[in-house]
Amino acid sequence: MTKQFLLDGQPVPFDDGQTILEAARKAGHYIPSLCWNKDFPPHGSCKLCVVKAAGRHVSACATPAKEGWEVESNTPEINGERRALLQMLFVEGNHFCPSCEKSGNCELQALAYEYEVLTPRFRHFFPDRPVDASHPDVLLDFNRCIFCELCVRASREIDGKSVFALTGRGIGKHLVVNAESGRLGDTDFAATDAAARICPVGVILPKGKGFAVPIGERVFDVATIRSKTLKESS
Amino acid sequence: MSAHSSDPSQALDAILQRHGRDPTRLLQILIDAQDIEGWLPAPLLTRIAGALVLPRARVEGVAGFYSFLHTRPVGRYRVLFSDNITDRMLGNAELLDALCRKLWIEPGHLSEDGLVSVTTTSCTGLCDQGPAMLVNGRAIGQLSHRRINEIAELIRQQRPLDLWPTEYFQVDDNIRRRDALLGLDMAPGAALQAAVARGRDGWLAEMQASNLRGRGGAGFATAVKWASAKNAPGAPKVVVCNADEGEPGTFKDRVLLNSFADLVFEGMSLAAWAVGASQGFLYLRGEYRYLRPQLEAVLARRRAAGLLGKAILGQAGFDFDIDIHLGAGAYVCGEESALIESLEGKRGTPRIRPPFPVTKGYLGRPTVVNNVETLAKTCLIALGGGEAFAATGTAQSAGTKLLSISGDCASPGIYEYPFGVPISRVLEDCGASDTQAVQVGGASGICLAGYEFQRRIAYEDVPTAGAFMIFDGTRDLFEVARAFVHFFAHESCGFCTPCRVGTALLKGFMDKLADGHGAQADLADIDWLDRLLKNASHCGLGSAAPNPVIDTLQKFRPAYERRLVSLDFEPAFDLDAALAEARQLTGRDDHCAHLKTHEEEEK
Repeated sequence: MTKQFLLDGQPVPFDDGQTILEAARKAGHYIPSLCWNKDFPPHGSCKLCVVKAAGRHVSACATPAKEGWEVESNTPEINGERRALLQMLFVEGNHFCPSCEKSGNCELQALAYEYEVLTPRFRHFFPDRPVDASHPDVLLDFNRCIFCELCVRASREIDGKSVFALTGRGIGKHLVVNAESGRLGDTDFAATDAAARICPVGVILPKGKGFAVPIGERVFDVATIRSKTLKESS
Repeated sequence: MSAHSSDPSQALDAILQRHGRDPTRLLQILIDAQDIEGWLPAPLLTRIAGALVLPRARVEGVAGFYSFLHTRPVGRYRVLFSDNITDRMLGNAELLDALCRKLWIEPGHLSEDGLVSVTTTSCTGLCDQGPAMLVNGRAIGQLSHRRINEIAELIRQQRPLDLWPTEYFQVDDNIRRRDALLGLDMAPGAALQAAVARGRDGWLAEMQASNLRGRGGAGFATAVKWASAKNAPGAPKVVVCNADEGEPGTFKDRVLLNSFADLVFEGMSLAAWAVGASQGFLYLRGEYRYLRPQLEAVLARRRAAGLLGKAILGQAGFDFDIDIHLGAGAYVCGEESALIESLEGKRGTPRIRPPFPVTKGYLGRPTVVNNVETLAKTCLIALGGGEAFAATGTAQSAGTKLLSISGDCASPGIYEYPFGVPISRVLEDCGASDTQAVQVGGASGICLAGYEFQRRIAYEDVPTAGAFMIFDGTRDLFEVARAFVHFFAHESCGFCTPCRVGTALLKGFMDKLADGHGAQADLADIDWLDRLLKNASHCGLGSAAPNPVIDTLQKFRPAYERRLVSLDFEPAFDLDAALAEARQLTGRDDHCAHLKTHEEEEK
């Protein structure tokens, strides 16, 4: 007999070592995430996947499922926390969706719709983050960075280049590139890198192509992030 | 001052050579390389990355993480005022302003000639002799206006630090009450000899009988930790002494390392004997860098005495040695998995746990991380036996506890008490009167009000890593909480969303209240942020960050409420303040350049 835990009262089967997030999604229950990606070990930084397991808050992406656990996820309390985390990500950067090339394809935006983020709630930080247009094929707009480190990990582990890294600390943490000049154009980054396609928001954008798919026909215009994620996990 | 080498490139080569071009020593290399020019210029980082075969971005990532590493020029004299609440209570802000005025500089800005920069830093662990500062990493306490005048003069004359009056750099132990540990007069090696005589298993059994719990605050059973590491597969095993004493208001480890270093190192060897470890690290917070030479001397003496090295005390297979690693200004590295990351030469970001360090720690090896005081205490157990140790203190808290007492009292300093001592007794002993509140356990600890002074220092009642800050009736508990909130915002590693943004938002709310723009709605938002930080943070720093606010809101609510303007909502934005930069640029400060004044006059 397979092991199972209860997610919001419903039984979810899992294999040993499987995380709460993986098991839940496979069984058709949506738990949101931004920094998690099936190709990498769990990161646990965005905290969107926060759930209450046996009464304790944990990251569903990093916590192996346990037999008999009662896990709360889709509750007003947890969804309220997720909404606040999304609001935090919005106010700490400079996110102007209407003028963003990623609008409609952006996971942060899609999650904001999913969790009914109607206002920023908190005061905006308006950080000063200049863009980097030095690379011939790729633009970096740091204003939108949410520090999921997917580009850091993809460049290091898939591309074998380590083009990206985080420096600074706390609210001053920021993305840097692997060049003394600090310019992407001086790195060996290529538009064909895995890291060039992994950004869930609009930091890493291809140049020379804009709004090729009209607003209204983009990924999250035609499907919610919930349904798209579940479809990919099944 | 920096060791000005004739050739910076040769100096760097020597540093790289000394560290064996080992990428795990990146942080140590950066600390040493910074001494060449006082900061880390971009080409220097490139060269270090090349020599260690690391991506340059990773080196930049590490250099940017630690407060004491500078990727932009700083003064040849780098003055950092300790900014704990106890320093603030002793007037550090006024002294900082005075020094800046005398040197014609602005706080946080480098002087135009590159001579000096002055700013603040988190608690430097001299709360019993504050206000305190670090000048190029060297600690100076008991600051007064007179001393500040003298220091300004010395800096202007560009006098090398070695020629400054030696009494400036004198750090006193201020031991006020001794019990089992501080009263112990042990010949180096005596405890180790006793433990070796019992055999590894026999010694671990004594530890189990002792009920010793970690003195870092969490109170995990030390013997359980040791046994887990002992039984974990993988070698060589590692023992780490956590001397990253960053909790504001704590300075007991400073005293233990200054005057009882043999007990601490002996404790590390005792741990190594129990778990079968061969490698040891003392992770010394950057603020205590000045202790390093004397600690190295103690290690050298112990090596010469056969208490470190190969076949210790003649036991074949008991090989163990200790290396000192420096921190560089990052409170989060007190968290054991962040400390291990830092030991590996990385950014001090806490790991996902499990796996715990006892099974997968330093470089994936089984690693025991213990507090300085915990390790020193194991000597008592080795000498007197586990049962005797367990008989002291309380049922759940065996032994004694060192308290670092500071704030409003006659005799700040180190007090050693058996566990179970009531707060009121401590207050009486240190000469505190009219006490309004005590912050026990530092910024992440608990704020006790007068009606709680009968509570006891013990894991089962008021647990503490040792900080004990006293606030009398003249103090504003809102300002106390605000200082701690600023501390956490500064020290958040920034890894997880709730802590990175939440601590910054909390700081914003507290500043809004302090500026007189607070409303009832802000208290509700503060409350909500507190809960989110507590629930959703990745590590203990984030979940402890709201503690000072939660406690003071509950126990000293009027301190908050009297700052509120009586509205449901009040914006934080201050139109007149927003014009400050324009006023500065135009050199105007007349009443027409002020918005409110202008409007009020029209009325």
